[in-house]
Amino acid sequence: MHDMSAHAAQHHAPPTSFIRKYVFSLDHKVIGKQYYGLALVAALCGMVLSWMMRIHLGWTNAAIPGLQLLSKTGAPGGVMTPEYYLQLMTMHGTIMVFFVLTTAPFAAFGNFFLPIQVGAEDMPFPRFNMMSFWVTFVAFVVLMSSFVLGDGPTLGGWTQYAPLNAVGSVAGPGQGLGVVLWMISIALFCVGQLLGALNFITTTLDLRVKGMSLMRLPLSAWAWFITSCMGLTAFSVLFPACILVILDHVAGTSFFVASNLVLNDQLQPHSGGSTLLWQHLFWFFGHPEVYIAIVPGIGIVSHILITSMRKPMLSQRVLIYCMGALAVLSYGVYGHHMFVSGMNPFSALAFSFPTLVITIPATIVVLIWVFSLYGANLRINSASLFALGFISMFVSGGVSGFFLAQPSIDIMLHATYFVVGHFHMVMGVAAMFGIFAATYFWAPKMFGRMMNETLGRIHFWLSFVGTYCIFMPFHYLGMAGNIRRYSSFPDDYLQPLIPVHRLITVAALITGAAQLIFVYNLIHSRFWGKPATDNPWEATSLEWSTATPPPWDNFGGKYPVVYHDPYQYGVKSSVGDYVMQASPEQVKTDHDEK
Amino acid sequence: MAKFFAVTIIIIAILSAIPILRHTWVAPEDISTHGYLIDEQMSETMAEAGIAFLAAQFILAIFIWMFSNRGRDAKIKKFPGGATGLVIAALLLVGAEVLALGVFGVKAWADQYLTPPSAGAMPIQVQAGQFAFYFRYPGPDGTFGATHPELINEGSQNFFGLDPEHDPDSRDDIVTAEMAIPVNKEIHLLMHAKDVGHSFFVRELRVQQDFVPGLDVSLHFTATKVGKYEIVCTQLCGLGHYNMKAYLYVYSQEDFENWVKKEQAMQ
Repeated sequence: MHDMSAHAAQHHAPPTSFIRKYVFSLDHKVIGKQYYGLALVAALCGMVLSWMMRIHLGWTNAAIPGLQLLSKTGAPGGVMTPEYYLQLMTMHGTIMVFFVLTTAPFAAFGNFFLPIQVGAEDMPFPRFNMMSFWVTFVAFVVLMSSFVLGDGPTLGGWTQYAPLNAVGSVAGPGQGLGVVLWMISIALFCVGQLLGALNFITTTLDLRVKGMSLMRLPLSAWAWFITSCMGLTAFSVLFPACILVILDHVAGTSFFVASNLVLNDQLQPHSGGSTLLWQHLFWFFGHPEVYIAIVPGIGIVSHILITSMRKPMLSQRVLIYCMGALAVLSYGVYGHHMFVSGMNPFSALAFSFPTLVITIPATIVVLIWVFSLYGANLRINSASLFALGFISMFVSGGVSGFFLAQPSIDIMLHATYFVVGHFHMVMGVAAMFGIFAATYFWAPKMFGRMMNETLGRIHFWLSFVGTYCIFMPFHYLGMAGNIRRYSSFPDDYLQPLIPVHRLITVAALITGAAQLIFVYNLIHSRFWGKPATDNPWEATSLEWSTATPPPWDNFGGKYPVVYHDPYQYGVKSSVGDYVMQASPEQVKTDHDEK
Repeated sequence: MAKFFAVTIIIIAILSAIPILRHTWVAPEDISTHGYLIDEQMSETMAEAGIAFLAAQFILAIFIWMFSNRGRDAKIKKFPGGATGLVIAALLLVGAEVLALGVFGVKAWADQYLTPPSAGAMPIQVQAGQFAFYFRYPGPDGTFGATHPELINEGSQNFFGLDPEHDPDSRDDIVTAEMAIPVNKEIHLLMHAKDVGHSFFVRELRVQQDFVPGLDVSLHFTATKVGKYEIVCTQLCGLGHYNMKAYLYVYSQEDFENWVKKEQAMQ
């Protein structure tokens, strides 16, 4: 398992040409940075879409200058039509869930750091790895092309429910070519993720360096490993589902379209399909997907917090088991998205229990984080601020899950802003905070330069307060019955809620602007930041044993041997209050995993 | 900075709780016979979630305040009991809460979804299509006429595809764009989707149910208070989703009968 000859299997010569170095690279570090760049561009697109959505929701008849350039029919004179609102909303959700939240925490940071954290030179299948990025890139281009092709993007939401997704353009703008492009894009994305998952799993199991037992893997490595197992099983279900929808569009099949449907007074040429089949396939993927979005953050935040606290967590094994429990249980809860869908009402009870039970490992994780803080010596910096902010957001987003897990309460909260608030707090905020924490923490190693700490703190404060100002009110709106996916609020009972929407819009625009501080900091530091030392955080895991930035083969030909678990902090060693994993120095310690 | 952060967390937690405690934005008055169970579940869950939320944020804040930037030589301490105590606490507290909410919540769900309508419930059909709800009453013969999808025509207002020429049962059917029901009478709502997915939501009645194309589902409920309420679509159905609604009128028995007569005359 730890034999050096294992490394020969994926040994490749250093790249020389520009194309091989920076474009079609086999190097996991370059691929990781490419994924990060893709996620960054996607995040900016998704964020701008959210600004346009929020402006429209607050001021329905407002003209957004320049919007007519994106679509003359969708926004004549810059005023958004209801269909264009839905199209922008669909793209916002799709871009953010797939190309930001699945890409950055897992594909970007995982690709860069997993091989280094296990002590490997690269992943076992570098060509698959390169393909996985470029397939994902093409998927993004295909998705974005729906803005300019045909009658625009699909308007069916990122969940793309049937039969709206399968009956074609008779159901509305974007429902013909727009849906087909969406399905092709996501099918390609699935392929990319499956290729990536193969690499992550085999790297973790087969390429660990001498001394690196499974229990000595950092929590971030465990998180990426567990996430890749989920990815393998979840994306492999979404992929055929997308193909079936494409067939319903182009091959005259009726997988998802029932008989006797009438649109525009015309009987539809479909029969025998199942509306609910799509929902089962989608959510069987969809629920593990949201854990794919958050589990890397859990691992990364744990990793960063430990370094910042200068002490290990109360139990590393319990955290690993909890991440595993979240992953396994996530497959048994998917029906909680379908309580009022028309599926057998007994199923609602069957899905509700595991949904409530999954609260237990999530609670244990939070308790371990919080009570590990007791007696710590926290170092406050941008990375640790975002890691601590993650805990606060994870709690806030998590408790609203208690309500949604119960079918009887879901009767009142399903399809309201309560749900939107819930998933934005856990995904749109907590997972994003995980990405930010990872960036501030690992940018020095990736780019060889420190990010500006002052700008980082300003970014943190505006984001932390701003996102609470945006998403906490979503819960109140939901409890008052504000329905989601409405492009405006003509209903009698919704009129009094419009002022709340306007306040939220203002908060969203300010918080959005704060993210530009982060982008500026990232780009400016990349070129002009203070040069980073090899181990600026006095951290212990293998990525800090190697040069900054790491050489093409990660360890310069000199593979480390691992003597300790990754969290030997709070000890007395020759270098300070920590001892690195690769250091043979033996110190007096409370617990050192073998 | 750490202390400032701790204070910020506490302020945000308290500010978040205030609208909940003051009932600023809440569901409207319950006018159903089963809704009280849902409202009780909601209150219980709010209390438990609220306590968990506040406790977690406060403890996080307090520990950030106490254990930050203590100097390079500060002694690291471990929380007494380590992880074992926390795991046991989580299993017991959360496990108990989960069981309580799950078990006690069954009745609130079962009353609505696992019990059939009573034999005397009044049947009303509702059809959801882009972007309106239409309702059908069976008329004096008590029988709904057959629907023929190929005959559906919005222009001639044949929303259900009825064939009164050949089908005597459909001749006295009453088709309306608003829903009216008598107070304190159980209704059996038969739900049909004409084109894509839609959903039926009346907040005051504490009912929400998706229409499923290809699957006819039903709801049953009893309204206990006269008034005018909004039915809104909650399943994304296309560009007109935001505007897809109908009014529900709960009338006294006498007013309901007058309404039926009025609608019948307009058929």
